[in-house]
Amino acid sequence: MKRSLLGGRLLDPSTGLDQIMDLHLEGAEVVALGRPPQGFAADETWSLQGQWVTPAFIDLSCHLREPGPSYKGTLLSETQAALAGGFTRVCARADTQPPLDSAAVVQSLQDKAQQAGACRVLPLGALTQGLQGQLLSNMAALKRVGCVAVTNMREPLQDNLVWRRGLEYAATCDLPVFFYPEDEALAQGGCAHEGAQASQLGLQGIPQTAETLALARDLLLVEQTGVIAHFSHLSCAASVEMIRTAQAQGLPVTADVALSHLLFTDACLQGYDSLYHVQPPLRSESDRLALLQALREGVVGAVSSGHLPHEAAAKMAPFAASEPGMSTLQVLLPHLLSLLQQEQLQPLQMLASLSQGPAKVLGLPVPSLQVGQQPDLVVIDPQRDWVLDEESSLSAGRNVPGWQACLQGRVERVVLDGRLAWSVDASCE
Amino acid sequence: MEAKKRTCQVQLTADGRLKHFLGIQGLSQALLTEILDTAESFANMGEQAVKKVPLLRGRTVVNLFFENSTRTRATFELAAKRLSADVLNLDIKTSSTAKGETLMDTLQNMEAMHADMFVVRHADSGAAHFIASQITPRVAIINAGDGRHAHPTQAMLDMFTIRRHKGSFEGLKVAIVGDLLHSRVARSQIRALSTLGVEEVRVVAPKTLIPTGIDSLGVKVFTRLEQGLKDVDVVIMLRLQKERMSGAFLPSENEFYHQYGLTQSRLRLAKPDAIVMHPGPINRGVEIESAVADGPQSVILQQVGYGIATRMAVMSMAMSGQLQERSQ
Repeated sequence: MKRSLLGGRLLDPSTGLDQIMDLHLEGAEVVALGRPPQGFAADETWSLQGQWVTPAFIDLSCHLREPGPSYKGTLLSETQAALAGGFTRVCARADTQPPLDSAAVVQSLQDKAQQAGACRVLPLGALTQGLQGQLLSNMAALKRVGCVAVTNMREPLQDNLVWRRGLEYAATCDLPVFFYPEDEALAQGGCAHEGAQASQLGLQGIPQTAETLALARDLLLVEQTGVIAHFSHLSCAASVEMIRTAQAQGLPVTADVALSHLLFTDACLQGYDSLYHVQPPLRSESDRLALLQALREGVVGAVSSGHLPHEAAAKMAPFAASEPGMSTLQVLLPHLLSLLQQEQLQPLQMLASLSQGPAKVLGLPVPSLQVGQQPDLVVIDPQRDWVLDEESSLSAGRNVPGWQACLQGRVERVVLDGRLAWSVDASCE
Repeated sequence: MEAKKRTCQVQLTADGRLKHFLGIQGLSQALLTEILDTAESFANMGEQAVKKVPLLRGRTVVNLFFENSTRTRATFELAAKRLSADVLNLDIKTSSTAKGETLMDTLQNMEAMHADMFVVRHADSGAAHFIASQITPRVAIINAGDGRHAHPTQAMLDMFTIRRHKGSFEGLKVAIVGDLLHSRVARSQIRALSTLGVEEVRVVAPKTLIPTGIDSLGVKVFTRLEQGLKDVDVVIMLRLQKERMSGAFLPSENEFYHQYGLTQSRLRLAKPDAIVMHPGPINRGVEIESAVADGPQSVILQQVGYGIATRMAVMSMAMSGQLQERSQ
């Protein structure tokens, strides 16, 4: 299949290209930018005036709910939502039920992903058996069946010795480790950022030190063990500074921020809206601004969806009793575009945090629109208004920021392995 | 900002009357004064031969207590009965696994029985707000305590007590002493005192029991009782729960009493005519000395009596606002 994508704005974070230009594909391969190659006869031409063309997105952390309770989502529903959100690769969290701690469970997930045929799934294996923090999982086997990294999620390890051994063993297997730094005792029972807002609402706070103390310990162990480390869902300004220092010292450390923490602060908790009950908690405006600044500077290299779908009933409870998390895969793009409108982020920075940044974290080739490359592509209409509701939502999650509200900017088409894997117009028919 | 507006409006009708009573936040000085004035009109009813008024006749009030309470529930029950309402008491033990669903199902069942008012106590902060905004907005909700967030009827009876004994709020210095971290009473008191225009609100506790950023409510924070008591007009002691020792908040009751217990000699640091209050039940020898609790400056027992009148005021006002809204 030969395709010509005509008149779109090409945005390639890997080269800094930002230009209205045609792009010609043969199968998955970019064969020309601008003029088509001699004798190129396109089977299909797409007219993309006013639209953006950029490498497809990679998500570093989303919950696909499989294996696990299907009323919260299935691999099929969530990978389709991912594709509709512009993602062709998503990292699947290890804290499924049961956790992704054995080759058999991961292989079964891979088989189902294959059958589903939506986006590609990159499993994050469990660092310890059952995520219980005592016995190491069979990491080499996990790697053989496709795990791209290992993690113990937010579950504590028995002690620092298990941490040390686990990191050493992961380094031996050449597996990066994803950290979700949180000190168990300091966070226990909390559901909101410890500060004036939580105190006024009577919600038990989680202090910043719950994150920074764990992060400090993790960084010291990373230094000692030489493991490649990624810190996911950072929430505080102080954490960013610690990552910055570690990177300056040459440690192999990357970080991401979840969409929710770029958009919202603990001010949203006024009114006890349980949508904003997330982990780690939404923090202050100065934390949010520091995370944005770190993203602009590249200290934080990626935005992750933090996608954690829930059925409506999971949020129908008083704030602390509701289940934490937001369902975000399908609405991540319009929400990030809103940050562009407020000039808090530039288009190339934003897109880099969704393709180039995550690829670097995972040690994957950086997706690029250059001739000879075979990138998955996403076509975006940054102006198109739409609504995510019962009808248009592919995810089972009903805990969506901007649910049933007008969103601006939509993923129009997704090209995966050279085929049109998603098209908004086809989905509307 | 929008969210903030929403919170305040949940408990008010379009023309600013009470239709639920969820918390003090967002209520005007005029409205709080109206509650106190209405309570005043009920205050002497207990001494009359017939202790009833027909304001809630034919209405059904359900006391939904998801957390144990004997005294608060009793005063709510009495208040409802003196307003001539039919009263149903339900003590509900929540299962921790499906708290949200249990709460929702219970409330919707009660609503289906055409209850007019729910008096709700729940261990989760924001529970009353959640019920009023999400579950049964057409039933008047009275917050009888939600987690650490608010206990607005207790705060209003305390305000009633202060006004009765001090005449007005102007120029008063008030010290709230003890476990502020876990206290919904204190949070509501602070908001009510500020709205009613006292000169200064102080909170006194060890750092382990002071909520982070509490100064955002306009209070002065003290960690030494002697400094906090100096020249105050009102001392409010909070109850110290025994489980605070195991949470590493405090070493022992003994040490707490030594540092923060209200004794006669410490009370002399306050103004000579200062009153001593406590939401009860008191721990003698833990937060307060018996001689102070039973002494001439103590108004602790009077508080209990005012509780019924204040709750009658709030219930009748919220019911009338709710009925007005329903008729529209």
